[in-house]
Amino acid sequence: MDYQYTLLIILLPLLSFLIIGLGERWLSHKVAGLIGTTSLGITAILSAYTAISYFTADRVEGIYQTLVPYNFNWLPFHDMGLHFDMGIMLDPISVMMLVIITSVSLMVHIYSFGYMHGERGFQRFYAFLSLFTMSMLGLVVATNLFQMYMFWELVGVCSYLLIGFYYTEKAAIAASKKAFIVTRFADLAFLIGILVFGYYTQSFAFDFTQSAVYLNGAAPAVTVEYSKTLAGAAFILPTALFLMFIGGAGKSAMFPLHIWLPDAMEGPTPVSALIHAATMVVAGVIQVARLFPLWVEYAPETLHIVAWIGAATAFYAAAVACVQSDIKRVLAFSTISQIAFMIVALGVCMPGHEHGVIDNHASLGYMASLFHLFTHAMFKATLFLGAGCIIHAVHSNEMSHMGGLRKYMPITHITFLIATLAIAGIPPFSGFFSKDEILAAAFHYSPIMGWVMTGIAAMTAFYMFRVYYGIFWGKENEHYKEHTPHEQPLVMTLPLIFLTLFTFVGGWAIPGSFGSLISATGEAYHIHLDPQIAITSVVIAVCAIALATWMYARPTQPVADRLQKNFSSLHTWAYHRFYIDEVYQFVTHRIIFAYVSRPIAWFDRHCVDGFFDFLAWGANRLGYSIRGLQSGSVQRYAFVFFLGTLLLLILMIL
Amino acid sequence: MDYSQFLYMREELVLIVAIVVLFLADLFFCTDRKSGRGVYNTPLPAILMGLVTIANAVPCCMESFELFGGMYQHTPMMSLVKTVLNLGTLIVFLMSHKWLSREENLVKQGEFYLLVMFTLLGMYFMISSGHFLMFFIGLEMASIPVAALVAYDKYRFTSAEAGAKFILLALFSSALLLYGVSFLYGLTGTLYFEGLATKMTFSYLGVGALLLFIAGMGFKISLVPFHLWTADTYEGAPTTVTGYLSVVSKSSAAFVLFVLLAKLFPTGEYAAAWQTALFWIVIASITIANLFALRQQNIKRFMAFSAISQAGYIVLAIPGTTAQGMTALVFYLLVYMAANLGAFTVMTSVEQSSNQVTIDSYNGLYSTNPKLSFIMTLCLFSLAGIPPFAGFFSKFFVFMAAFNAGQHLLVFIALVNTIISLYYYLLIVKAMYINKSDAPIATFQSDAYSRLALVLCTLGVVGLGIASCVYNYIDAVSLL
Repeated sequence: MDYQYTLLIILLPLLSFLIIGLGERWLSHKVAGLIGTTSLGITAILSAYTAISYFTADRVEGIYQTLVPYNFNWLPFHDMGLHFDMGIMLDPISVMMLVIITSVSLMVHIYSFGYMHGERGFQRFYAFLSLFTMSMLGLVVATNLFQMYMFWELVGVCSYLLIGFYYTEKAAIAASKKAFIVTRFADLAFLIGILVFGYYTQSFAFDFTQSAVYLNGAAPAVTVEYSKTLAGAAFILPTALFLMFIGGAGKSAMFPLHIWLPDAMEGPTPVSALIHAATMVVAGVIQVARLFPLWVEYAPETLHIVAWIGAATAFYAAAVACVQSDIKRVLAFSTISQIAFMIVALGVCMPGHEHGVIDNHASLGYMASLFHLFTHAMFKATLFLGAGCIIHAVHSNEMSHMGGLRKYMPITHITFLIATLAIAGIPPFSGFFSKDEILAAAFHYSPIMGWVMTGIAAMTAFYMFRVYYGIFWGKENEHYKEHTPHEQPLVMTLPLIFLTLFTFVGGWAIPGSFGSLISATGEAYHIHLDPQIAITSVVIAVCAIALATWMYARPTQPVADRLQKNFSSLHTWAYHRFYIDEVYQFVTHRIIFAYVSRPIAWFDRHCVDGFFDFLAWGANRLGYSIRGLQSGSVQRYAFVFFLGTLLLLILMIL
Repeated sequence: MDYSQFLYMREELVLIVAIVVLFLADLFFCTDRKSGRGVYNTPLPAILMGLVTIANAVPCCMESFELFGGMYQHTPMMSLVKTVLNLGTLIVFLMSHKWLSREENLVKQGEFYLLVMFTLLGMYFMISSGHFLMFFIGLEMASIPVAALVAYDKYRFTSAEAGAKFILLALFSSALLLYGVSFLYGLTGTLYFEGLATKMTFSYLGVGALLLFIAGMGFKISLVPFHLWTADTYEGAPTTVTGYLSVVSKSSAAFVLFVLLAKLFPTGEYAAAWQTALFWIVIASITIANLFALRQQNIKRFMAFSAISQAGYIVLAIPGTTAQGMTALVFYLLVYMAANLGAFTVMTSVEQSSNQVTIDSYNGLYSTNPKLSFIMTLCLFSLAGIPPFAGFFSKFFVFMAAFNAGQHLLVFIALVNTIISLYYYLLIVKAMYINKSDAPIATFQSDAYSRLALVLCTLGVVGLGIASCVYNYIDAVSLL
């Protein structure tokens, strides 16, 4: 089976970006949208086909092969042995991501027909969506760190462009700048990590697991030859990997680099669903998963630090989400919290019983993390698109402007409810299965981690149902009388239904279970639910939902109000996200700008610029004074020619 | 004598066939009997040149060989350089269309094409020569018709003056070069490059001969202090001829200088001597040309000094005479060709539509001709070496080659000079985009040929840096 056609998966969105982007002025809204959607439809079909043929193909010695249909040596450095490549690599992670990205992106493309209807810059929106899809696909199929970094930056740019889509609004501009600067700042660490890695290992490629020798269910983390080249670099690898993780933490909004994500909700809601929930923000997870063999073999201790960073982020975000009133903000914090779950799952993996061996059982978290990535993409996209429908109907993000919407918007209500149940971890919805695996992995690592994560899962159930009740139950808003909310058109509800379907079946309908497709070693991993953990987590989630129902389902909320009054300072802190943004503001403006940037600026303006002004002045004067050389007289020219030759002769002989 | 040897000279033969076809066409079909107007303006020469380019670009023979007892040499690299020159000539033909369609030029347009192609043939022989006589014949063949081209607008005073200046100084430099070659013959008793390389022993006479050779080539490449003809000739010559002079003619000479220095004096005291000479020549060329370029008002004069400074960068790849240097040099030539000819195409379009050649006349060009201004900007950025345009990569490779050859100081000086060059290139960009003008050049539509030339140049400026396969191909060829 050859996979040459996979190149089209990247090229088609690029092509539609070019067509829509360049022909913006000549294309009508409809045509631009159709071009983008059609090309993405084809891409999605190709991706699905790739996934089916890849996963049904025979395994070699029990594992899925890593295939590289294309690898183009882009820039070789002869004297260093390093080279930058561009290519396509197919392995279980990238194939899974192809499906997730293209299907969510396709849904968002269709949905935006309705959501962005009649907006100024409609064509621009579709052009950027295509560009983003292309970049994200390029990121996941990268064959090497350098290519990954390149597309990593491209998705960053797309995110910037789309957050600032409403560029006439001040908040959108500020949010886009914030997102770009924060992630760019983190990417600097990623770049340094890549350079350190490349310098010591003489390679950027992701080929460390290829042609590995697998023995009794355990695989050496890296190939034998590769481990030899790595031997000299082993001392630096934890540093390099952690630096790269900082880049991933920036994109995946890990504490304390999370500050850009809530603000990123200024972008159009379909963008939030696609970029800031389902795809781009999980780039950090993908990055850690890609380098997983190195993490496990060379930096297990650092990996556990990563786990604790994830746990702290998950808790922080869940706590903040409990008190936000803007529904998109709540969803944003829940995204941060859920991604942190994935990071935790990766972080709690351990090397197997012997050193340097990936063990499927010890690396349960790897599978759990990617499983959760998959289910999260579906239910979070549903939630965001549902939120988009609601915002479209009531023209506000604030929960106080909603309430009692279930009668007006039945489809949105049902889909939102199912997605909420999924994120809360109620069987048989997809979130339950993946979250359960994460909790199992966490308990396997340490009971403390297990209980912490279970607690956060309960908080998730609580705050999600708080939002759910706030929107669909409770008192009807008095504005409804003048302006009755109504269900959205089919083009917006269809994607919702489709994604809900996935949310509903995603946990159990995958043939042979998720673990049989994707696991740390590439071998089939048989998921077995641990009844103890499963029951505990379900019971706790149900309790949390009950609590939320008791507090928020009624028209008036006496308990919640009383709690808010009694713990007003805690509420204010949480509402203001524990003032992390203000801390950043203080550090950057009061300390860095005032004491570092300003002196440097002074030096630049007076010393550096002065020096160059002097050079320019001198060059001008000199140019003026030697103008006589170019007199126009041929005799003089020949004379200078001859004189110059003589002068050179003297110089050569001396 | 084995005449089948001629068949190996594919490039030359193809070009000669094209010349003969064009010559006959010029003789019999050139003018319409009734009106006396030219009938084959541009399409025929352009198509012929395109065919020559394609025929020569097909890499059928990837090995080196010698013909006629070593008189004629062929390497894949030489073949590649000839293709680069062909491309440059093709673009010059394309951009000449409008100028040659003028009433006064229509009758004599055939001369232009033929003269250009004859100089090209001369360059071929110069590049492929294995003997100094062959080399000299090629050199003269490539320079005497140029004088006629420069004086093409013979009723325009400046054009005739430029032609006279060029021919006088070309003779002077040829004389010096020939003098140097005679020294070499006296020292070794042979003019074959192979024999010279083995028989040369160090002597001051040899150093003098070497220097005279460098001076002769320096004239062709227009390096300081052999450059003084450049500004006057460039200004006086028709703009397309200036483009041809600044790119094609210069490229061939630079390549030959590299090859001969590498072949005849690769190591030892001679190498040290010529490296010293080139060191000073490069510094002087880049610096002095930059200083002059800062103050120019006429855009053709400005491009003359820019070309001198670019020549300095080209020569920067020579010290060390490594394969890396060769790759860097040829890549630089290719990129320089795209960028410079792009700029010249814009200049000649502007000149043909408005008769303006001063930099001030470009004020406000963006408001009337945005596309042309944009392409001009791309080309200037590439010349200045701003990433991501090809010029950045070509400069980078040249610097890398020179740095690896141990010329650290030279690289540093060249780097500082790129800042100055950035300034004066941006002056033009500023004129086009920012400077206000009461009467900017009116909007005009350039002809299809110029547009094709612009497309080719833009592709080169944007694509060559990114499509690494080009550089890799040159690299692979230079190692052969």
